[in-house]
Amino acid sequence: MDKNLSPADGTRLREATVQEEVPRSANTASTLSPRPAPKLNTSPVHGLWALTKRDLKKWFTNPYQLLITLIQPAVWLGLFGKALNFGSFISSTGASVDAQNKILFNTFGTTSYFSFLACGMLASIILFTASFSGMSVVFDRRFGFLNKALSTPVGRGAVVMAKVFQSVGRSLSQAAIVLAIAVVLGMDTASFTVPGVAGAFLFLFLMSMGLSSLFVMLALKSSNWQTQMAIINLLNLPLLFASNSLFPTTIMPSWLQAVVKINPVSYSNDGVRQLLLGSPGFNALWFDYAYLIGFAGFFSIVGIVLSWRLLSK
Amino acid sequence: MIAQQDISSLPRLSKPIIFVDKLSKTFSDGKIKAVDGVSFEVKEGEVFGFLGPNGAGKTTTINMLTTLLKPSSGNAEVCGYNVYKHPTEVRRSVGVVPQEYTADEEMTGYDNIILCADLYGMPRSDSKPHAEELLRLVELQDAANRKVSTYSGGMRRRLELACGLINYPTLLFLDEPTLGLDVQTRAAVWKYIRTLKDEYHMTLFMTTHYLEEADALCDRIAIIDHGHIVKIGSPEELKASVGGDVITVTVREATPDLSTDIAQIPLVRDVKNTAGTYRIKAEQGEEAAPEIIDFIRSRGMHVTKIALTKPTLDEAYLEFTGRQLREEETDRMSMFSQRVTMRRARS
Repeated sequence: MDKNLSPADGTRLREATVQEEVPRSANTASTLSPRPAPKLNTSPVHGLWALTKRDLKKWFTNPYQLLITLIQPAVWLGLFGKALNFGSFISSTGASVDAQNKILFNTFGTTSYFSFLACGMLASIILFTASFSGMSVVFDRRFGFLNKALSTPVGRGAVVMAKVFQSVGRSLSQAAIVLAIAVVLGMDTASFTVPGVAGAFLFLFLMSMGLSSLFVMLALKSSNWQTQMAIINLLNLPLLFASNSLFPTTIMPSWLQAVVKINPVSYSNDGVRQLLLGSPGFNALWFDYAYLIGFAGFFSIVGIVLSWRLLSK
Repeated sequence: MIAQQDISSLPRLSKPIIFVDKLSKTFSDGKIKAVDGVSFEVKEGEVFGFLGPNGAGKTTTINMLTTLLKPSSGNAEVCGYNVYKHPTEVRRSVGVVPQEYTADEEMTGYDNIILCADLYGMPRSDSKPHAEELLRLVELQDAANRKVSTYSGGMRRRLELACGLINYPTLLFLDEPTLGLDVQTRAAVWKYIRTLKDEYHMTLFMTTHYLEEADALCDRIAIIDHGHIVKIGSPEELKASVGGDVITVTVREATPDLSTDIAQIPLVRDVKNTAGTYRIKAEQGEEAAPEIIDFIRSRGMHVTKIALTKPTLDEAYLEFTGRQLREEETDRMSMFSQRVTMRRARS
């Protein structure tokens, strides 16, 4: 009898009863805790990071997408940048190396066209990535995720800004990779400084903010990805060509110069070239910054305001 | 009449959790009145069904009540909050399970629920255990850490349900919860809906165009067509309103004709006799049938066969929405989303 009541048996017996009770209670009551609503974060930016992270995580775990996006700027740099050897045009006239460098510097602000173009490619990758930011709004709308997000108390502005920030995050990482490729391919790094590179990325950040806000805004109402593609094609190349990304403003006809001077992409390039290549630049750095802060601020605010109006029909 | 007594004797008859007064929605891009002056109330603890053909205005109504759409006119209060004045409070109090499969395919089931919780601003200390509870409830705990792209249609539907419950809602909106699902998953979803109602005393507002679903789950049904509510009542009430049960009695003796006498029996509405077979329409057939048999026997005649047919909700539905086929075009967007939903449900 004493053996039967040994602690070991007693424990086993208790365990058995507990195990039996678990499924029974799961079937009847306590699968869902009946507890009241928890303390909620009600700040207008709650959920912003969660939404941004969702998009960034998807992009990060898809290396093919990243690779394909990088092909275009790499092709521009490697083929276009290397083939367009302005130095040899000039030296074929019999001009001295000094004269050649002087002409190149006066035209491009640097003696290496490749380095000039590399800075333009940083802008280009930002522009192309930002222009697709609207696409992800269209798909979220089509597949219902947008409606689900909007049925939660998350701020409408946060929904829009998350799309902007994920695009900014992607474009800046891609710009960093493009810069690395350019350096490997022979970009002039003599004027690189840590604050200079940081300042250049601040320019890229501001441009990306503004452009992403613009494209997200244009997609807010749309559920049609063809329309969105058309908008991207309509804006992308003009924004690139009507800027100083590929060629300096000075060699353009005056009507084009007028357009280039309002294009925010030009201001980013101007600043980036001053900081990375030590180019003289057309505007003071502070003016370039001010222009882009205005651009980014304006479109972010317009985007948020429109989100309040457009996201609830 | 009797069905109405049933409704008034429902246990929880407190203040309505949804109050809708002459709610309308006209879409600006056309003169389409998607919802045209609907009024109804949903009581706490009730399963309320919106039944209607495609394009009748079901989803539009849900979207207005969950503040995704601004009503063009009329008034609506959900959980005590006005949808115009306090949309954020409405969103915080209700759960929504949309018609589409909205979970992110590239993320795991668990991460999807946590994302929903983040959108409600729930602290992780609370959302993590709750997400696990909900995954157990919908029997997805084993697939929780798999990407949603590997889920079957039924699993996706269950995940949507779990996402809709993350914020401890007192009222849950379900838009076509079983659209395109196989029989097993449909049975499971029905089971969850019953659990939510019976054990958690949640109020459920669901749309469906499956009649047997409305019949099986809903305490009350509103039949909506062309943006109007054409009838509201319990399933029994709706069925009764199309004319009651049909009792078919065959009597061995062809004469005399008892039609007029049977018609005198209480509950009997209409009698037709063809060569000794009586087709009797009656309210509450179960109670009327023994009376009829007793009466026939009391005349010294013999009943050889008796059958009782209950009217189906299908008949009631067709009665109220008409029998002609629907060929109105719904908009491209909703057709697309429905196609995607059906396709994914079958994956």
